[in-house]
Amino acid sequence: MSKLTPEDAPVPKRRATAESMATRQREISVSEFFTKNRHLLGFDNPAKALLTTVKEAVDNSLDACEEAGILPELLVEIVEVAPAPTPNQPSRFRVVVEDNGPGIVKAQIPKIFAKLLYGSKFHRLKQSRGQQGIGISAAGLYGQLTTGKPVVITSKIGRGRPAFQIHLRIDTKRNQPDVVKDETVEWDKDHGTRVEIELVAVYRGGRTGVQEYLEQTVVANPHLALTYVSPKGERLEFPRVTSELPREAQEIKPHPHGVELGMLQTMLSDSPGKSVKQVLVDDFSRISPAVAQHVCDLAKVSAKTPADRIHGDDLDRLHKALGQVKVMAPPATAVVPIGEALLVEGLKRRFPKAEFYVSATRPPSVYRGNPFVVEAGLAFGGDLPPDEPADIMRFANRVPLQYQPKACAISESVYQTNWRGYELQQPKGSLPVAPMAIAVHLASVWVPFTSEAKEAVAHYDELLREMKLAVQECGRKLASHIRAQAHANRDLKRRSLFERYIPEVATAIGEILGLPKDDVEKPFYAALPSFVRFADEGPAPQAPPEGGNGKAGAAPPQTPPPPAPPPPAKGKGKGKKKGAEQLMLVE
Amino acid sequence: MAAKTKAKKTERDAATLSKIEKLAKGVLAEVTKGKNPAVEIRTRTLTNVSFNEKKKIIELGDRVQSREFFNTAMARKFMQTLIVAKGCKTLLDEGKTVSIRQLFYMSKHTLKGTTENTFEDQSESDPVIEDLEVTVDALREELHLFANKRGLVVGKLSVNDSGDTIDLAHMGSGGWGIPSICEPDRLKFVNNSAEFILCVEKQAVWHRLNEDRFWEDHNCILMTSEGQAARGARRLLQRMATELKLPIYVLVDNDPWGLYIYSVLKQGSINLAYESMRMAVPNVRFLGMSAFDYKKFTMPAAAEIKLTKEDIARAEQMKNYPWFKDKKWQREIQATVDNGFKMEVDALLTKSISFITEEYIPKKLRDRDYLQ
Repeated sequence: MSKLTPEDAPVPKRRATAESMATRQREISVSEFFTKNRHLLGFDNPAKALLTTVKEAVDNSLDACEEAGILPELLVEIVEVAPAPTPNQPSRFRVVVEDNGPGIVKAQIPKIFAKLLYGSKFHRLKQSRGQQGIGISAAGLYGQLTTGKPVVITSKIGRGRPAFQIHLRIDTKRNQPDVVKDETVEWDKDHGTRVEIELVAVYRGGRTGVQEYLEQTVVANPHLALTYVSPKGERLEFPRVTSELPREAQEIKPHPHGVELGMLQTMLSDSPGKSVKQVLVDDFSRISPAVAQHVCDLAKVSAKTPADRIHGDDLDRLHKALGQVKVMAPPATAVVPIGEALLVEGLKRRFPKAEFYVSATRPPSVYRGNPFVVEAGLAFGGDLPPDEPADIMRFANRVPLQYQPKACAISESVYQTNWRGYELQQPKGSLPVAPMAIAVHLASVWVPFTSEAKEAVAHYDELLREMKLAVQECGRKLASHIRAQAHANRDLKRRSLFERYIPEVATAIGEILGLPKDDVEKPFYAALPSFVRFADEGPAPQAPPEGGNGKAGAAPPQTPPPPAPPPPAKGKGKGKKKGAEQLMLVE
Repeated sequence: MAAKTKAKKTERDAATLSKIEKLAKGVLAEVTKGKNPAVEIRTRTLTNVSFNEKKKIIELGDRVQSREFFNTAMARKFMQTLIVAKGCKTLLDEGKTVSIRQLFYMSKHTLKGTTENTFEDQSESDPVIEDLEVTVDALREELHLFANKRGLVVGKLSVNDSGDTIDLAHMGSGGWGIPSICEPDRLKFVNNSAEFILCVEKQAVWHRLNEDRFWEDHNCILMTSEGQAARGARRLLQRMATELKLPIYVLVDNDPWGLYIYSVLKQGSINLAYESMRMAVPNVRFLGMSAFDYKKFTMPAAAEIKLTKEDIARAEQMKNYPWFKDKKWQREIQATVDNGFKMEVDALLTKSISFITEEYIPKKLRDRDYLQ
């Protein structure tokens, strides 16, 4: 056969021109994008869609209540509107989430619930549950796509004010809300918001179910009063266990060590008329004029350069210099942990019949310029299943994470802990097998998730180390409890052995000496306590059971934030441990 | 209970009773003071026995083990000791004597609210009885207990056993069974015309000799311990040795175990070292079978049984006992080991049925071929 040379190859025919292509190029609306990529936001399947919908609504309610300083009281109700023809097939549900929050100004309602990427939390660095402002409107959109029904919002902002009920639809082409119906209704609440979304979904129990989500939420939010009505009509009530609202997290400016290049560029170009130095001082946390000058010198950029003139190599060098310069860690006031005592209360609320509870809150620490606090707690024994792997509850800013446990740094910290050292069984490379539930909470202004679905925490060394330290602290306390328990068991065994033989010995002695058995028994029983420790006699001389009877977590009423250190002014963050920046706390 | 008709007590019984009461009182007094009540028991192990070179008997040392009640490892045995003590007290009160197996059943019951028994089987109660014997310093018969009787006698002797006079020359083929209690108040020697005593280990050998009327021809007393000698047989032998002043010859198998049977008769056992004074017969003579008899009597190879590992180990162990330190014993034991085989007395039948009666024993006696 003859060979084809490149010259011989037929020249491809042009299929389209730039002009003809231009006619097909147009803006893609976010809503349209979502329709095609809903898995990115947690709507990949009908079961997960239900969970995500509940979760987004509950997260929003809790954030709103806390920001307003209101003790949250939530009602979550899931109603099966049209049963599925066969079990486990998707069917139509109505999700209702009602709170006692501050309510929403009428004019904002359509945008919040029916416009994607609209919200108050995206543009600031502050610890909160929601982050992007995409969740609740995405849930509404999903409902609309699967049922055609609008989202129904009822909201009231104060006593004596009207309650509005608005039926909303999303114009998916324009990413604009479309108010279908708008009326004033009677509502006996003083203030609050009620969201109703109808969607096609599957209701599932177990680890990834809605009920598991709510029960975990109860653990991480002891100040929440929750009522849950399941599709079967069961009503679960979780009264609040504390009236203490979490301290309000403070908004902070970006820290020089954590800023991304793109963000730096935006910050600079958004500040026309300011010098680089001025932007650094004004818009960053922990940058003094002297530090700003030092950064500029390092980057070989004149401090007086107008901010919006920094481009290319200058920008790169400036970004690098920011990462290198020595500055104080960001203020820890931006991070609000649950607290040791309250985490124990939360665990007790979910596992009221466990035998031992303990928790540990680590001091604040930093990864990539973001302050964070890790805390861990565990419930042990009692009615928890003894022969199963321990249950791990993962929380990021008090929100339970239920999917992708294997990919999560939190799970990793539990796996990497040597539980055998804490008197538990642990098959190699697996979870400890024990009647135990472990909760690990990561509180941070910016939680690094492995994906936009916010399902697993990324493996940053700093995070993993703190997580392990927190888990290990709980493990140590658990171990001393288990040892004390074993001790008590041994004592009980000893005691029952003697008690079994005393009547026999007394009978024998009685018959030999012609005395009544009872008279002989008495001195034996009287002598018994000197030879055995009675478990119910309170703390024994040696090895006091550390926080037996589940009082462990409550013992030191240490609540965050940790005590303020000496004047922050010139503290240079005495690096206590290598790799971790010691946080300077500024109130 | 208290109103039970009490049998007449001998002086000895009264003494034993007061010893048991003293034990119980001691325990009660200790615990009343809030102390851990304990029973002191002399240790009956090799490490607490010594060989008295002068008396030629094994004696129990002074080491005691304190058996405490408030001690998880000892509580059960403590309880058992007192239950056995109570059982013996009842026997003494009622003037009855039972076997150690019967005492086991008297003492066995289930603890209230459990499935645990005071004694699970006799192997638990037997050592406790021995503990009690040393603790209250009372002999088994003084506690009104006996073991199963073992051992047979025929020969030129008549005895009075619990009031019945028995002529041991007229016992037919069965012989007179040695009672387990051979104390003077029950057993008396009436008339003796024997010149020596022959004690054989095995009943079958005894039977061979009895059928051949060996005791008649040699004017002796023929006895078998039927294996390791029971206390009755040992006590009887000792009394015959001291009261009748007769020489005693012992015929056992040629192996370490046979030699040890002889040894127990001679100087006592480790376990019953506290009884040696009453039971050991230091001048008892070892007639055979000796390792050297193989050549002396030109035994056929058919008489040999190969030594096992256990046999050799036991021989080495025995060579270290102080009472076998004498050269003649070392030589005897070593000879067996060197032979590499052992011989049963029955093996003499490889020669002829009555070789033992007609040749072996007479020749050994004639030649004074024995060890002592």
